[in-house]
Amino acid sequence: MNAMNNNLLILLIIGALVGGVSGYLGSFMVLKRMSLVGDALSHVALPGMAIALILNLNPIFGAFVALILAVIGVWYLSEKSEIYPEALVGVFFTASLAIGILITPEPELLEALFGNFEKIGLLDGIIIAVSSTLIFTLISRISKSLLLGVVSEDLAKAEGINMKSINLIYLLLVGSVVALGVKFVGTLLMGALVVVPAVAAKNIARSIKSYQILGSLLGVFSVVLGLLISSYLHFSSGPIIVLVSIFIFILSYIFKKK
Amino acid sequence: MEDNSKEDILKVTSLSVIFGNQKVLDNISFSVERDGTLAIIGPNGAGKSVLFRAILGLIPYEGEVKWAPNIKIGYVPQKLFVQKDLPLTVLEFLKLKENNVLNIEKVLNSVGIKNKVILKSRLGDLSGGETQRVLIGNALLGNPQVLLFDEPTSGVDIAGEETIYGLIERLKKEVDLTIIFISHELDIVYRHATNVLCLNKEKICFGKPNEVIDKETLGKMYGEDVKVYKHHEHHERHE
Repeated sequence: MNAMNNNLLILLIIGALVGGVSGYLGSFMVLKRMSLVGDALSHVALPGMAIALILNLNPIFGAFVALILAVIGVWYLSEKSEIYPEALVGVFFTASLAIGILITPEPELLEALFGNFEKIGLLDGIIIAVSSTLIFTLISRISKSLLLGVVSEDLAKAEGINMKSINLIYLLLVGSVVALGVKFVGTLLMGALVVVPAVAAKNIARSIKSYQILGSLLGVFSVVLGLLISSYLHFSSGPIIVLVSIFIFILSYIFKKK
Repeated sequence: MEDNSKEDILKVTSLSVIFGNQKVLDNISFSVERDGTLAIIGPNGAGKSVLFRAILGLIPYEGEVKWAPNIKIGYVPQKLFVQKDLPLTVLEFLKLKENNVLNIEKVLNSVGIKNKVILKSRLGDLSGGETQRVLIGNALLGNPQVLLFDEPTSGVDIAGEETIYGLIERLKKEVDLTIIFISHELDIVYRHATNVLCLNKEKICFGKPNEVIDKETLGKMYGEDVKVYKHHEHHERHE
């Protein structure tokens, strides 16, 4: 019993890290008006996880590779064409979800889709903790450039900032954080953990500082509370985590400052 | 041609910009001397903002754009397309460029924003005139030697507009500053510019305003039927 509690505590800490980084990254995603892309992006992880499972590799690794490829695709499309090809992204992401469902081995399908925190091993935990810290550090480094790009890409470019690389680095980090969270939240819903806390934070925050702190905290809170509920009620962790974040969003909407 | 006693801060030679298969700017050449004030005028769709974006290196172009070495450029875009609920305060916006709050307050003072309350306002909540001032302040924070100023067509009241040019004149006296601005008002061009570049996809005229702006160049820019173009009430009627 004690060992299980210790395990849960470690999982909560790792989950809090993922939730916090997701909320932080998501805060930029929402400002960049890429919420839907962020939401659907996680679908791409599934075929990667499936292939990794078939090859007996760590599914986080498979998800990571698939997401990085998808992110480079999104980045290429958004830099190359004047109109953002959102429909194309939607079609492509759904297609990869469909393929992923077909090729994922049956026993693992449910937890790949909806997340199962009980299957997170020590190695996963270490990968997640180290990567989350790294991602957080990197995103803080490019935060100013990203924000200036949100205000005006022209202004940022006139300052000599290479927005193409900044956007690519940012999307690669989003892909990485989605890969890290897939085991907790599952490939169907992980994108929501990136986007929903940030949207909720935007309802309340008056400044960028409060917006980003709040986005991160709401991400932490969603994962921690979601994990606790699902561990007591024995539900899949993904839907519960996402529902907690949606509940926070509804509260934030009610108390929205005009 | 003008004399070459002052050094050129910018020299543009045979600049063309092509979007798709449409030539938006065709073979534009001009130069700007240090401390000068160049006005760029032309009808809507003449390619004025495109010219700005090309000389800033924001878009691909053909031809040559040559800035004096190590020049610092401040850019004031026509307007910002920010979401109204973007949770970014004016102070946070300016801090993206300058960490020292004292410097920020000093610059805001010099652009005529005395009330510090604005620092806590959201960027999307500012009026047109306030946004312009904050953007000029933002450009000045980098201590530029050249200021590229894209005048807003609307959103700034006449009184506000007057003081922004007053402000630019004052800045020019205070620091070594070369100004390139896009304008829609001939009055302002006559009053503030040392040189003017008339644009309508191609170069119509270039030189001192009272020497090169005449009925013929105005006709080439705005159509042959233009009679009076000194009053701003008229300018919206022309394409």
